[in-house]
Amino acid sequence: MWDYSEKVKEHFFAPRNAGAVDGANAVGDVGSLSCGDALRLTLKVDPESETILDAGFQTFGCGSAIASSSALTEIIKGMNIDAALQVSNQDIADYLDGLPPEKMHCSVMGREALQAAVANYRGEEWVDDHEEGALICKCFAVDAVMIEETIRANDLSTVEEVTNYTKAGGGCSACHEGIEEILMKVMDERGETFDPTAVAGEIKKPTSGLTNLQRMKRIEELLEEIRPNLQRDHGDVELVEVDGKYIYVKMIGACAGCQMASTTLGGIQQHLAEGLGEFIQVLPAEELARRAAMGA
Amino acid sequence: MADGIYLDNNATTMVAPEVVEAMLPFFTEQFGNPSSLHQFGDKVGRALKKARKQVQALLGAEHDSEIIFTSCGTESDSTAILSALKAQPERKEIITTVVEHPAVLTLCEQLEKDGYIVHYLKVDKRGRLDIQEYYDLLSDQVAIVSVMWANNESGTLFPVEEMAEMARSAGVMFHTDAVQAVGKLPIDLKETSIDMLSLSGHKLHAPKGIGVLYLRRGVRFRPLLRGGHQERGRRAGTENATSIVGLGKACEMASEAMEFEKSFVRAMRDRLEQGILSQVSHCFVTGDPNNRLPNTCNIAFEYIEGEAILLLLNKMGIAASSGSACTSGSLEPSHVMRAMDIPFTAAHGSVRFSLSRYNTMEEIERVIEAVPPIVEQLRKLSPYWADGGPVEEPEKAFAPKYA
Repeated sequence: MWDYSEKVKEHFFAPRNAGAVDGANAVGDVGSLSCGDALRLTLKVDPESETILDAGFQTFGCGSAIASSSALTEIIKGMNIDAALQVSNQDIADYLDGLPPEKMHCSVMGREALQAAVANYRGEEWVDDHEEGALICKCFAVDAVMIEETIRANDLSTVEEVTNYTKAGGGCSACHEGIEEILMKVMDERGETFDPTAVAGEIKKPTSGLTNLQRMKRIEELLEEIRPNLQRDHGDVELVEVDGKYIYVKMIGACAGCQMASTTLGGIQQHLAEGLGEFIQVLPAEELARRAAMGA
Repeated sequence: MADGIYLDNNATTMVAPEVVEAMLPFFTEQFGNPSSLHQFGDKVGRALKKARKQVQALLGAEHDSEIIFTSCGTESDSTAILSALKAQPERKEIITTVVEHPAVLTLCEQLEKDGYIVHYLKVDKRGRLDIQEYYDLLSDQVAIVSVMWANNESGTLFPVEEMAEMARSAGVMFHTDAVQAVGKLPIDLKETSIDMLSLSGHKLHAPKGIGVLYLRRGVRFRPLLRGGHQERGRRAGTENATSIVGLGKACEMASEAMEFEKSFVRAMRDRLEQGILSQVSHCFVTGDPNNRLPNTCNIAFEYIEGEAILLLLNKMGIAASSGSACTSGSLEPSHVMRAMDIPFTAAHGSVRFSLSRYNTMEEIERVIEAVPPIVEQLRKLSPYWADGGPVEEPEKAFAPKYA
């Protein structure tokens, strides 16, 4: 059975705001293709202040779909609709103390129902902007569509590269076969053949030939490039110190204390090494403090 | 039995106390390797011989050497199919069905990538095969037919004995995945044309981690695991002696309980089904009610979702399973329900109750009481439901945008 948090169970067994709202003036009907779940969100919005006075849900779906719907209505009640639109699926998942990766789409469905309801209130047509594919990497909840698009956009040709760009495959490795299949398909489209023994982004020179200042700036630039990936997961990274081949960084937000932090550091290290064209080691800031304390 | 009402016996069964008792000495004093010459090994070797006879008796196999112990049903399925391909390299086709267990389906999908042609027989709305379609596909290009005896989800039976005859006439090997059928239906393999059969210990009150491949004498065979001489070199690896002894005992008990399965277990299942159908509107039995396992009942509850039903049942101590997408790790709705063309608003709400001889009529009555309020509670949350019934033209009244 799924490893649901106590909060998910509580919202499933005793859902809040179940049923349609009387006198609703906004309705959002959405469904999730991958699961067959569907949700109708009804809102009563005050036309003056545009505040959500009441919210109700009707859900055809599993335990986490019902819990996500219940959480969504609790979060948005009393909010201005503009503020409510800022609620992300991660916020819904966080409110429930997390969802299993396979069930994250339940929270996405909640966010989409909200967008659809607000569009309905404003007399607009809601257009769905994301396509969801089969879940490939369960460690980091990355689906096939995301992997395929990333491979296509960046001309990727190895599993390692896919891991660096999307994180898919960076955990237990069980999905490597699946990633290879997508690589084969996309590379075939562009007239190439997938080579399982190819190495990702060859590192050419042992040193970069940059001045210290140039090198520092380059490191900042490279970190800037991967920052959006981390921010997508509510995390971030900060450069602390550069000491020769040792680069110390601080993980912030969701990245701090994340059990996958070492994998993330590995990804940052790879990106920096490739960008600088030299062998470097990325270490957590705590390591700098430890080394200083040891007088190293 | 532990607290709670266990109606998920097609997933796995409780190990019978008598089976546990038979196994215990083989963890401790009877620890020898059956291949060894000394007394420690010899005693275990004799116990395996007895177990092999017990399995042979339940299956009605002609020779005890036709029984090969494996680690599970999946290993037996893989061994059978891969052996047929390896032994007949000139034959590149396989016939199976769309409703097989993943142990067969996933392997077949992989074999397609390797260049084999796999024919998947379709089923009708009641889960039945079109025998003419099957007959037309048999040819000297087909290496093996693999068709399940009983479906794990709906309990629907396939006419494997008849299909095996047809395969033999066409000179094609026939394998059946019978993990759900063995122990629930009388089987007499020597009277059939079935060449290979898979069974799994934990479906008939033996422990997990032990299976059998029945291999008819004379059928060409290539082992999956090569190594030592165990199982006459057809499945290398030191025998799981303790579990083999347990499986032997479980098979003996299954033979004795066969009448009970056919009469009393069936009566409990029928009472459960009738009890639920008479109280809950908008639900129906899936599969072929007139031709199915005596212990299985699969009911589709319209407009609600299976996982939610299971969670609420579980809260009341009742264990069942569902064909809904959300209960499987894959998020794919049950391929069996989809193959039978069950509308998705019903397929997602399908719940399988699978009984065993350890259930009681009193438990069944408690489940009959528990189900209607659970269904009602969830329907109140459903966008397809209003005022005690489905909304008018449900599919039109609620037609969400799918992303």
